[in-house]
Parts: sequence; C-alpha cells; structure tokens
Amino acid sequence: MSSEGPSVSMFAAFSWQFVRHAKTLINSPADVANPLLFFFMVITLFPLGLGPDPERLAAMAPGILWVVALLASLMVSSKLFASDFEDGSLEQLALAPYPLPILALGEIAAHWLATGGLLSLVSPIFGIMLGLPTQGLATLMFSLLLGSICLTLIGAVGSALTVSIRRGGLLLSLLIIPLNVPVLIFGTAAVNEAVIGGNAVSWLALLGGLALGALALMPIAIGAALRVSLDN
Amino acid sequence: MGSPPWFFRFSGRLVRWLLPLTVALLLVGAFWGLLVAPPDFRQGNSYRIIYIHVPAAVVALAGYYVMALAGAVSLIWRIKMADVTMRAAAPVGAVLTAIALVTGAVWGKPTWGTWWVWDARITSMLLLFFLYLGVVALFEAYENKTAAARACAVLSLIGTVNIPIIYKSVDWWYSLHQPASIKFTGESAIDSSMLYPLLLMIGAFYCLFALTVLLNMRAELLWRHRDSAWVQQLIGDA
Amino acid sequence: MTPLLSARGVAVERGDRPLLQNVSLSVFAGQVWQLVGANGMGKTSLLRALSGLARLGVTGDIQRHAPLLYLGHSAALKLSLTATENLRFHPACETSAQPGEIASALAAVNLRGYEGRPVSSLSAGQQRRVALARLVLSPAALWLLDEPFTALDAAGCDWLEHRVREHVAEQGAVVFTSHQASRFGGLQQDMDLSHHVV
Repeated sequence: MSSEGPSVSMFAAFSWQFVRHAKTLINSPADVANPLLFFFMVITLFPLGLGPDPERLAAMAPGILWVVALLASLMVSSKLFASDFEDGSLEQLALAPYPLPILALGEIAAHWLATGGLLSLVSPIFGIMLGLPTQGLATLMFSLLLGSICLTLIGAVGSALTVSIRRGGLLLSLLIIPLNVPVLIFGTAAVNEAVIGGNAVSWLALLGGLALGALALMPIAIGAALRVSLDN
Repeated sequence: MGSPPWFFRFSGRLVRWLLPLTVALLLVGAFWGLLVAPPDFRQGNSYRIIYIHVPAAVVALAGYYVMALAGAVSLIWRIKMADVTMRAAAPVGAVLTAIALVTGAVWGKPTWGTWWVWDARITSMLLLFFLYLGVVALFEAYENKTAAARACAVLSLIGTVNIPIIYKSVDWWYSLHQPASIKFTGESAIDSSMLYPLLLMIGAFYCLFALTVLLNMRAELLWRHRDSAWVQQLIGDA
Repeated sequence: MTPLLSARGVAVERGDRPLLQNVSLSVFAGQVWQLVGANGMGKTSLLRALSGLARLGVTGDIQRHAPLLYLGHSAALKLSLTATENLRFHPACETSAQPGEIASALAAVNLRGYEGRPVSSLSAGQQRRVALARLVLSPAALWLLDEPFTALDAAGCDWLEHRVREHVAEQGAVVFTSHQASRFGGLQQDMDLSHHVV
C-alpha cells in the first residue's frame, strides 16, 4: 500500500489526457468532420447573400473567413468538457494528484489539433473559393493557426463555466464573443495586410503574443471554472 | 467586517448622507451642464448630452473593475460580502453602459446624421455591455447561487484582463478602416467652462453608482437572511 | 497514529440550503465506515466534501493524509474506448499500470477476454465492473465509494465485499454509502447522518 506521491510524472499525466481525448475523437470522426462541414457550408452562404461579384467577395474574404472560423470555434467549444462532465471523468480529473489546469490542457491540446488546427490547414481552400488573392493565403493559414489557439483557450474557459448548465451552448457564445474580438481584429488585419502586399508579421506577432498570454493565464481560469461547475 | 447585520447598519449610515449628496450633485451638475454652460462652437446645444453620456461611460467602465475586484476578494479570501457586492454591481454597471450607448446614439443623430456609428469608443462600449450581460446571464443560469457567484468572479476577472486588450484592438481596428475624411470623435480640447460641470457630473455618477450598489446589497442581505433573528427584529421595529 | 482522513465540525450546504452540521469523523487504517441516512439527507454531498470535490458550502476542518480513490455514481468511462484504454489513461492518473497488470485486474473482476472490447458493447453491470477494476490497480490507501453495490449482481457484490476486506486488512480504509443493509458486520462502523441533519 503506497502513500507516497503520484506514480507518474506530470508530463505523462498531461499526455495521457491528450491521448485519451485524441482516441475519443478518432473514434467519432463526425465530431471532427462536422465543424469543417459547418465552415464549408456557412462560407457558401456569403456569396448567396452578398452576390457573386468576385471583386466584392475578395475584398470581404478575410473578414468572412475569420468570422466563420470564430463561429465554428464557438460551436465546438460547447462540446469540449461536456462528455467529461456527464460521464464523471471531470470528477476524477479534479481529484487526480496533478494540477487540474495541466490535465485540462492535455484535452484542450487534442481538441485544438482536431478543430482549430485542422481548420487552419484547410482554410486556404476556402480562401480560394472566396477569391482571396494568392498572396493572402499563407497569412490566412498562419493567422488562423495562431488565432485558433486563443479561440480554443477562450472557448475552453466558456465551456468550463457553462458545462453544468442545461443548454449552456448559447450562454457560452454570449460569454466569449466579446473576449474573441481582439483575435478577430488582429487576424483580419494580418490577412488584409498580406493581401495588399504589405508585411503581416507584426500582426502575426500580436496574435502570437495573445496565444502565449492565453496559454499562460487561461489554464488557471479553466481549472477554477471546472471546479466551480463540479460544485453546481 | 463581513457580518451581515454589521454591514446593514454601516451601509444604512452611509446611505443616509450619500443619498442627499448624490441628489445634490446630480441636480447641480445637470443644471450647470444642461442650462448654464455655454453652447459648443460646432455642435450648438446638442453637445449637452455629454453631461450624461461621458459620466455614464466612465463609471460603467470603472464599475466593471469594482465588480471584478469584489469577485477577486470573494475568490481569494472567501468573503461572502464580496459576493454580494459583485452581484449588486453587475446590473448597475450594465444599465449605466446601456445609458451610455443610448445617449451616445442620441448625440450621434444631430451631430453626424445617424443613430449609430461604429467608431472606436462606441464599439468598445458595446463590447463592455456584452461583458456585463455575460456576467448577469451566467449568474442567472446557475442553480446553486454560491457556485454562481464563484463562476461570475472567474468570468469578470477574465474580463478585466481582456478589457484593455479589447479597447486597444478596437482602437487599432478603427484607425485601420477609418475613412480618410471623417473623424467621428475627435480629441478636441475642452474648455474649462464645460469641463467643470462635466467633472461634477462624473463625480455625481460615481456617487450614484455607490448609492445604487449599496441599496442593492441591503436588499439582497434582507432577502437572503429573511428568516434570521436580526432581520425579523428590523421588520418588527419598522 | 494519524488518521487517513479527519473531519471536525463539518457543515455541508447546497446553494444556500443547509444539509448537515457538526459532522466529525476520523478514519484510521484498517477501518470501514458506512454513511447511513435516507435519500436526500446529504450522504453523497458529505462524501464529495470529504473527498475534496465539493468545496463551496463546506465549512469545518477536513484533512486528508493519504492519497484517495473516489468512485462516484458515474463510472468515468469513455464508451468508445476499450476497457484497457479506459484503465490505462484513466483521468484519475493515479497509477502507471502496464497492460499486463490491467489484464489481470480485468480478470479479477471477471472480465477476462473483454480487454479489447469497446466499453459501449458491455452491459451496465460489466461497465460497473470495469470501473471497479481500479480498486485492484490503484495504490490509494483511502477509498471513498458512493453507492458501490448498486448495479452489481450478487457475484459482483460478493467480490466487492471480499476486495474491501482485503484492502482494510492491508491497512487501507474505506468510507462508503449504501442503501443496502450492513455487509461487514463487526468490521464496519456506522455514521448515522440523521443526527446531523439541520
């Protein structure tokens, strides 16, 4: 009978949560494909709503792509901790001999790869569909890669706060939309800058700064919010 | 310090002089700003709405920090009175933000011809309004009100960290997209004959904020402890 | 000898509604405690408070001096993962069990041959037993079990009783709640929560 400290390293615990969540996602491909399909279909609404004029679409493309990416992030965030809350895994995570923020980060990392990360990698395709000039495509991808880290982390806080509430999805959106605005502004600024041939690096650096800041601060809030939700 | 009956007595004494002070400041400030101060060179008399718009906006922003500070105190030191402060401050701040938005629109119509303008300050104010609404909505959504207060404390703390980032990014957003010829809210120097009533009104609004929050807290404490001895005694005495 | 868990003057409330007051409990190695009380009295809330899961609305002094294992109503299993994967990557992170150890743990709960099956294909009783396999794998000294005998058939209940007796014989301790009548006879002590209801 051991009463010593925990028997695995913190990094192992982190990667276990990553692997556990990753395997769950692999086992339900719909959870990975649906956000992409959502993105695809909503992008299609814009030419239908605004008219097919290629110049106008191209001018609005950075904003459209980013807003839809933000909406897709809202949609997946509501699912982030939901199943863990329902099947009791969240209770076990809270009782584990490791900091809850670290364990949650493991799940969030797997979640980000399957949602924001994946979306960023395929975003140039949708950029082309909206007529985004070629010089903007790479910046679109990088801005979404960096920005989706922030969006995922902010979404995770929202999810952690609302997971114990029935039909908390809409409330989650209300909570995190204002917090996502800086990411939206910097992301679209970066792509717009690249499109006119300028240097988008400073905007990407700002996005990177936001991502680092979020990585440093959000996990603590996520841990606190998860414990509050367990107490509801 | 944290005991409800003590706070109730203490806040009662505060309110007794805060109420007349607030009313006095509001009346003097309103009279001064709306009637006595000279009309603006460019905008004529329609600028006078700033005597409500600016104080409301300033106190709305400060109020969010008050709310978040109360939340932080509640999180770190587990003081229940801080919970009550936070709960009381949220709707007041939200209403002040709404007043700022509406008066901003009223100001906009005669000045720039439209009810709504997406300039940096109004847009930031709108996002602050959403942040307030989020706190209020989160509180209502939780069944367990102790957990609700804790959740709102976490949310408002995240909000405070983000507010400078949001305001700055909206500033940059506006300057990126700003049409060259039009500048909606210019940084023109303000004459002292207009500044003093404005400062007075800002002070009046701070007092109004404090007064409303204290009254809210007193009502909340009476309801929460309605079955306890000290409340029953108060009702009996009344 | 320090207790594995000590609680003094603990009061539990949910929201603003008080449930229990002045609960004091010391759990020493080798003891079995059952929390007894009617439904809704606060057995689960107290157990959660003792485990550290519930913090809001819990006042009093609770000290935990040993790593603990908590089994709640939900099994904390991901249905799409296999039994082995669920135990290997369990969110409680309390053990670095190797596949061989996991296989023998599953065999101990009578699930030999089910290691590679997704948990969704198991019956409710079998799923409960996968969750109970943690009792074989975990090194934790203190077990807090919420209604552990529910959803188990007679054989399962016997196994669990046997496992608890083994655990306390090895200087572990168990605190549990249950509707069922006392199973451990003289070995267990009862805490009757009806004395502490507000």
